[in-house]
Amino acid sequence: MTTYSLLIILGCGLVTWLPRVIPFILVKKIQLPDIILRFLCYVPICILTALFVSNLLIVKEGKFPELNMTYVLATIPTALVAFLTKNLMYIVISGMCFMAIIRHFCI
Amino acid sequence: MTLAFKDGVHACIPTLLGYIGIGIAAGVIDKSANLSILEVTLLAMIVYAGAAQFIIAGLMMVATPVSAVIFTVFLVNSRHFLMSMATAPIFRQYSLLNNIGIGSLLTDESFAVAMTAISNKVPINPPWMHGLNLTAYLTWVLSCLMGALIGQWLPDPALFGLDYALVAMFIGLLYLQLISDKTKKIKNKITAMLTVSIMLVLLLRFISVELAILISTFIGCCLGILVEGKNDNV
Repeated sequence: MTTYSLLIILGCGLVTWLPRVIPFILVKKIQLPDIILRFLCYVPICILTALFVSNLLIVKEGKFPELNMTYVLATIPTALVAFLTKNLMYIVISGMCFMAIIRHFCI
Repeated sequence: MTLAFKDGVHACIPTLLGYIGIGIAAGVIDKSANLSILEVTLLAMIVYAGAAQFIIAGLMMVATPVSAVIFTVFLVNSRHFLMSMATAPIFRQYSLLNNIGIGSLLTDESFAVAMTAISNKVPINPPWMHGLNLTAYLTWVLSCLMGALIGQWLPDPALFGLDYALVAMFIGLLYLQLISDKTKKIKNKITAMLTVSIMLVLLLRFISVELAILISTFIGCCLGILVEGKNDNV
């Protein structure tokens, strides 16, 4: 292992760890105002939407992003499985199967 | 009844396939970026963040300066700050050590599982959260290691739909979050989701994906409490 990769692993570990734990230390010291707590209630749904949508897009520098059509196509049956089963395990397995099938027949 | 460590382990099981799929893919990709098995494993153990591990491999391949890699990873993972902010008030009454332990291993998925449990009025506590987090952590590290090991002969993880495991997991977590949280009106939640989606597409023309995710989430949350405030007054 080189110094280069060791520095990267340790440095990246630190900047990932700090944002994870600082709020836990802060919140123990101060009581957050009601408006902040209401704001934070929307974080789960908003962040999951952002992560999901960003995964469906192909980013092009300086242009609006394009849709990743195979991903969008696989999303339709996967969302249906989510609606029908409400079971995360089934959703992930069926999603991977739909993706493999779409790749097999479309590309 | 008080929830125990093993209940947290149990709550983690539905998300495991997502970690395994992405962990293997991350291991394979890190390995193909000429990282050693030891480096791949250390990355998983110390950085412990899926997207960041893909990006680190990509940046190291083109010999990006250390400071630039670290700054990029900081941006990619700054959303953890928002997730920790949302989770921390729940565990406020417990010891600092418990809180640091929970924060250190918080992921997109364990965060979503915990938030869905809260919405369903499950009385979660630190042992439950540690069970959830540690199961995810061990699964992730082992999957990355396995990915690095099979990376030597697996041609392309995309062939098996492995890359889609992450998207499928987000679909599932989002849907479960949407139907479980009864404290907010569905109309408000959909307004926030649409705002995030539109902002994301617009922002992506000008800024990086990581920043766009952070800013669109921020705006979505603001709009959420704004429409909520209006509905309350009517």
